[in-house]
Amino acid sequence: MATYDFVFDGLGLREWCGGDDAGGGLMSMDALLSETSGEATEVSAWDTPFPSLDALNEACPAMPQSRDLTSGLENGFLAIKDGLQVVVDPLTQPLSWALTNALWLMQAVPWWLMIPILMIVSFAVGRSLKLAGLVGLSFAFLAFIDYYDYTMQTLAIIFVCAFICVLFGVPIGIAMARNDKVQRGMIPVLDMLQTLPPFVYLIPLIFLFSVTEPKLYGIAIILYAIVPVVRLTDLGIRMVDKEVIEAADAFGMTERQKLFGVQIPLALPNIMAGVNQTIMMSLAMVVIASLVSAPGLGVLVLRGIRSLELGVGLVSGFGIVLLAIILDRVTKAALARINASQH
Amino acid sequence: MTDEIKISIRNLYKIFGDAPEKALAHVHAGMSKADLLEQENHVLGLNDINVDMPAGKTTVIMGLSGSGKSTLIRHLNRLIEPTAGEVLVDGDNILTYNARQLRDLRQHRMSMVFQKFALLPHRTVLENTGLAPSIEGKKTRAYADEATKWLDRVGLQGLGDQYPHQLSGGMQQRVGIARALTSNSDIMLMDEAFSALDPLIRTDMQDLLIDLQAELHKTIVFITHDLDEALKLADHLVILKDGFVVQQGEPQHILLNPADPYIEDFVGDINRARVLRTRSVMEKTEAPVEGLDGEVDHDDTLESVISMAEGDTNRHYRVMRDGRQVGVLHMRDLVRALVPSERGTDRALAS
Repeated sequence: MATYDFVFDGLGLREWCGGDDAGGGLMSMDALLSETSGEATEVSAWDTPFPSLDALNEACPAMPQSRDLTSGLENGFLAIKDGLQVVVDPLTQPLSWALTNALWLMQAVPWWLMIPILMIVSFAVGRSLKLAGLVGLSFAFLAFIDYYDYTMQTLAIIFVCAFICVLFGVPIGIAMARNDKVQRGMIPVLDMLQTLPPFVYLIPLIFLFSVTEPKLYGIAIILYAIVPVVRLTDLGIRMVDKEVIEAADAFGMTERQKLFGVQIPLALPNIMAGVNQTIMMSLAMVVIASLVSAPGLGVLVLRGIRSLELGVGLVSGFGIVLLAIILDRVTKAALARINASQH
Repeated sequence: MTDEIKISIRNLYKIFGDAPEKALAHVHAGMSKADLLEQENHVLGLNDINVDMPAGKTTVIMGLSGSGKSTLIRHLNRLIEPTAGEVLVDGDNILTYNARQLRDLRQHRMSMVFQKFALLPHRTVLENTGLAPSIEGKKTRAYADEATKWLDRVGLQGLGDQYPHQLSGGMQQRVGIARALTSNSDIMLMDEAFSALDPLIRTDMQDLLIDLQAELHKTIVFITHDLDEALKLADHLVILKDGFVVQQGEPQHILLNPADPYIEDFVGDINRARVLRTRSVMEKTEAPVEGLDGEVDHDDTLESVISMAEGDTNRHYRVMRDGRQVGVLHMRDLVRALVPSERGTDRALAS
């Protein structure tokens, strides 16, 4: 006797359920126990189970169990996987190439060229000798403890992914700012990307692509990190002073002149804040992505966890923090320069 | 004095809401602004506006906040689209313009000065001043001379390389005016252009505008909520209340002949001696009169005449215009005109 027999009996669905010999399939532990002990368990009102799939299945074997739901989802995904792959695979192939080449380039350039180049780039962006010095020192330190290659791998992945995030994120943000419908449609998607645990979208990606392909972790990082740049581009353009836009209209600017001459320049501080956040989030994700074969410092963190190498884990974790500080400082310096010229 | 009409507004209505056309029918049927808001949830912004703005003159549109004056000025370059009516500029109905014609109108024929300056913060003062030519695609070098000329004219010598945020409010608005002048348009729309400035600077800017206007003869449409400012600048004064025109005409005339209690209230507080001119209170006559105490110009303020007469109410002056007598001013009439409540007397004097 199951709790919800009366529902099916009452609705006259007993026939559909397949007669009286309920419990032919898998049974709950309770049911098994009561069967072996030979006495019907009387469930008190206090212990009435929620009418869940499993509870209903107990009363009526024709009802699906909850694990049928998850396996159904899995089978459904597997069924569309091939079709999806035909479309998605070629579209994402450039990402694989970009990642492979960036990884190769960052490691092929010798350290005595690479570190000065990175210092010059950070100086060009931030116009600060102190900052360039910090960059040089940090990389020298990481190289000194023989983590140089891992650091370069991580950096290469972040450069490629952050660049692609900006490449797609800014136009999406602009589209959202210019059209309320696009914004209404995009916000739930962005909310979902931001709240979904990163491990969760690794799973379908693993089904879709081979774990050996760089684009697998590339897509995971991009999906995770693109949100802030989209949001802040949208916000930045919407926050541009209405009077300034009105002035642009009153002097006869075209939509294009308004976008590139007024809205984007004035939204730039916000867009740059978004780029900063995007870079920080791709750095966070690059560690998790090492689970799906992303190279770099994340691999060492993972090794620290897997084989309990405390020292390796801590030092590579520190290396990631160091990278984060550098990337944050450089992008913030760029942001400060933009702000200084506008306010 | 040519009274050629530059901008003409005909039966203009603006109703804010979801179904303005339907609401318009109610307004035509005589529904009031309050009823329209309560029963139809539509806001009657402008109600049957008819204004002619003379070329080369300053038309001031005055009203308190919520009277629709900023809405009205934005119809002149179609920053706001009307619900019904016509706006004729040089005889053309600009509401029939397509996007390209409208841009041309805004680039070449009308410029605008804003209450909060609305300069582009990421461009230098020079680049801001040259906004109109830069929109046409001209390079900075091509318009630098023209822009610098106007910057100098409004008193901002050598500040072209600064950014707007480095300037004070008054200086920013000078840039705003230079920007409007650099577009070389005949029409300048000024939306509460001086309201955000403090009183002393505001007076300076008004004087600057009067100087510029004496030199350039633009058609200026000036919005303000300040009656003193309106009287100082206006050749033609339009008073708005709750979206309709209460009274319009020559400022002196409105001052002496308020059309309804609302305007009487309005003009009650101002310093009439400083605003009224001798021509408005004199007795019109070209016949020579004996026994006068001196000559005054037809455009002198009463204040200056009072100080000239040293407060004596028994004096009489010859009123001159371009070297000819146009009337006789009796100090008694002058003093009477200073008291606004005597409407009857005012009427008699001005007619």
